[in-house]
Amino acid sequence: MEKNVIELNKKVERRSFLKKLAVFALAPLTVRILAQDEKFKKVKKWILDNGYVPSDHKWGMGIDISKCIGCGRCADACKNENNVPRDPFFFRTWVERYRIFENGDIKVDSPNGSIDGFENIPAKEKILRSFFVPKICNHCENPPCVQVCPVGATFKSEDGVVLVDSDYCVGCRYCIQACPYGARFLHPVKHTAEKCTFCYQRIVNDKLPACVEVCPTQARIFGELNKKASPLVRFLRMNKIGVLKPSLNTEPKVYYANLDMEVK
Amino acid sequence: MKNFLSKIPEQVKRLSVLLVIIVIGFVVVTSYLVPKDFGVLGHYRASAVQSNANKEMHYAGQELCASCHEDILKTKMQGYHKNLSCEVCHGPSLKHTDEPDQFKPNKPRDRKFCPICHEYNPSRPTGFPQITSASHNQRKICVTCHNPHNPTPPQTPKECEACHGEIARTKSFSAHADIPCTRCHEASEKHKLMPREYLPTKPVKREFCGGCHATDAKSAPEIPRIDLATHEPRYVCWQCHYPHLPEAK
Ligand code: HEC
Ligand code: HEC
Ligand code: HEC
Ligand code: HEC
Ligand code: HEC
Ligand code: HEC
Ligand code: HEC
Ligand code: HEC
Repeated sequence: MEKNVIELNKKVERRSFLKKLAVFALAPLTVRILAQDEKFKKVKKWILDNGYVPSDHKWGMGIDISKCIGCGRCADACKNENNVPRDPFFFRTWVERYRIFENGDIKVDSPNGSIDGFENIPAKEKILRSFFVPKICNHCENPPCVQVCPVGATFKSEDGVVLVDSDYCVGCRYCIQACPYGARFLHPVKHTAEKCTFCYQRIVNDKLPACVEVCPTQARIFGELNKKASPLVRFLRMNKIGVLKPSLNTEPKVYYANLDMEVK
Repeated sequence: MKNFLSKIPEQVKRLSVLLVIIVIGFVVVTSYLVPKDFGVLGHYRASAVQSNANKEMHYAGQELCASCHEDILKTKMQGYHKNLSCEVCHGPSLKHTDEPDQFKPNKPRDRKFCPICHEYNPSRPTGFPQITSASHNQRKICVTCHNPHNPTPPQTPKECEACHGEIARTKSFSAHADIPCTRCHEASEKHKLMPREYLPTKPVKREFCGGCHATDAKSAPEIPRIDLATHEPRYVCWQCHYPHLPEAK
């Protein structure tokens, strides 16, 4: 009997200890969760310091292949604006030259991303058609790179732009593997993922991305997708539009006019 | 209830306690480690949007230059270079707009600069003005004859080749090498000054080619003949023969 009482007391002690433990552990947690909830209610609109509201915008780009002269000023300006390393393997945007031969062969080249220009074509090459294709991150609606990021360091912002949180990126390279367009690279010094941001620092300040600013033939058009009076909407209305690798269902927001079937 | 609890084996009870502790531990630790703003807008730190927006800009954009160099912008808007941004030639100049005397933009006077856009390259779209810099007025820099802000050449180009280099070269290897462009296209002088506003004509009828190639055509005897009535009458000739390289083989 006595033993039982002691036993009982012990049990009570243990239970109350567990209870206390639970309270100690869970109290801050619940407070945090509640606080989070509070935050959720407050954040109806996320506003940047300069008053830019991401959820009011939806950005996209149009590229007219028949206007591109392959001068490579876009790739050059991109590196200047975004401090992209000058080595010839790191590009946020670049221009490819396609050569389609009479026998059906296809050659694609992009020496130094087009920045130094292209060699002339030897006269003996039997070419059926040839043209330039500017390439850039497609800012997919369903970005595979975002899906694979293990820490949430790359994401689609509310304005549709796919960004990298370089303070949070662990440099695991998954996103680089996952991108079907080869639009990402690992920064050789910072060892974090890098990609086109549509020059985010510019577009939030009402300026054009650097590549669009310097394009001499208006082969690149930048603008709002959801506003009627936008050069991009006119571009989409007046041209036959294609996107790269549509079968992957990534839903790119970079739209090509006069896209050749051979362009991958 | 008691009955039910007593049925659960002791080791399962202990393990589940351990499990609960681990789960709680995990939740507590992550709640401290995950940044406050994570998940506010989505599966990312909301403040990362701001840090992307905070990056330094280098290009000012043409509108800014205009506020001090209005005259140059006005000149530029009248000429062929109207769609060129100032900074595609002068380089990123945001610093210059803040302190014009401290930071001077580049002035690309070198002969190598303009050919970045204007060197002949057959992949470029037809109509784009191109030169072969090795033979186009060597030894002088481009700006001695062309004002970079309004580059209209000192005299109108004589040859169609200036802007249709690829077609001209293709034709020069073809059976039609000796036929001048203007035999098939009526091009006014204005086309060479404002090409898109004054487009030349193109042949529209089979009879046009028939003028030299029909069996009864009054043309040089060495020109190969076809019977207009039987030689593929359902099509216009250039659906099969590229007129600038008409060889069938
Ligand atoms: C705040 C007024 C201001 C703005 C804005 C401005 N500039 Fe200037 N710029 C000047 C002044 C002042 C000079 C010096 C004129 C002189 O030395 O004769 C100058 C000189 C220049 C020169 C000649 C430099 C040289 O070495 O002779 C170039 C080229 C130039 N500016 C380009 C630009 C471009 C491109 C932009 C737009 C990105 C721009 N400027 C915007 C005021 C401005
Ligand atoms: C096609 C390339 C090109 C573009 C586009 C261009 N410039 Fe220039 N600019 C030059 C070159 C080359 C010179 C040097 C001319 C010389 O030394 O004779 C120059 C000279 C200047 C100068 C020095 C003063 C002068 O008149 O020689 C200023 C200022 C200037 N540019 C401003 C501008 C501004 C502002 C814009 C945009 C509205 C602009 N440039 C667009 C190529 C360009
Ligand atoms: C970034 C590309 C770029 C650069 C650099 C550039 N241009 Fe141009 N240039 C153009 C474009 C685009 C046109 C307009 C073509 C059209 O209307 O189809 C043009 C037109 C011209 C024309 C008119 C030709 C004609 O008769 O139709 C001349 C001449 C010319 N440029 C000379 C120059 C000179 C000289 C320089 C160097 C100071 C230069 N360009 C630098 C893009 C460039
Ligand atoms: C000695 C004066 C002179 C110099 C130097 C000069 N050009 Fe020209 N350029 C002309 C004349 C004249 C024409 C028009 C007649 C013709 O077609 O040759 C012309 C025409 C052009 C055209 C229009 C296409 C054409 O052939 O008509 C372009 C583009 C051009 N030049 C670019 C350049 C570039 C780039 C440079 C520097 C590498 C340069 N020019 C140097 C005088 C000059
Ligand atoms: C100053 C540059 C320039 C010169 C010189 C020039 N063209 Fe053109 N040409 C153009 C441009 C730009 C276009 C429009 C191309 C386009 O719309 O894609 C064009 C278009 C054409 C077309 C197509 C018209 C159509 O309806 O598609 C023909 C044909 C043509 N040019 C013939 C000529 C002939 C012939 C000459 C010589 C007498 C000549 N061009 C000289 C710039 C030029
Ligand atoms: C034998 C007649 C003939 C001659 C010579 C000729 N063309 Fe053409 N060209 C045509 C015909 C026919 C078309 C329409 C082709 C079509 O629609 O498929 C055409 C189309 C064009 C076009 C627009 C389509 C394209 O191929 O890009 C241009 C530009 C052009 N010609 C320029 C020239 C120039 C420049 C020359 C001189 C170097 C020239 N042509 C000589 C018959 C000719
Ligand atoms: C001014 C007269 C003239 C006109 C107009 C003309 N051609 Fe020709 N064509 C020639 C001559 C000259 C030859 C070359 C004959 C030779 O081989 O010596 C030729 C050759 C050809 C050949 C044979 C090429 C070969 O050697 O296999 C074809 C096909 C042809 N032309 C098609 C056309 C077509 C299509 C048109 C209309 C767009 C046209 N030509 C308009 C003069 C003309
Ligand atoms: C449906 C395609 C087609 C059309 C349309 C067509 N051709 Fe041909 N043409 C050919 C082929 C294929 C040959 C070569 C086979 C042969 O020798 O019969 C040829 C051969 C020729 C030859 C060379 C004959 C020789 O003896 O070497 C000439 C010249 C020619 N065509 C002119 C024309 C003219 C002019 C027209 C428009 C009235 C025209 N063709 C329309 C397909 C076509």
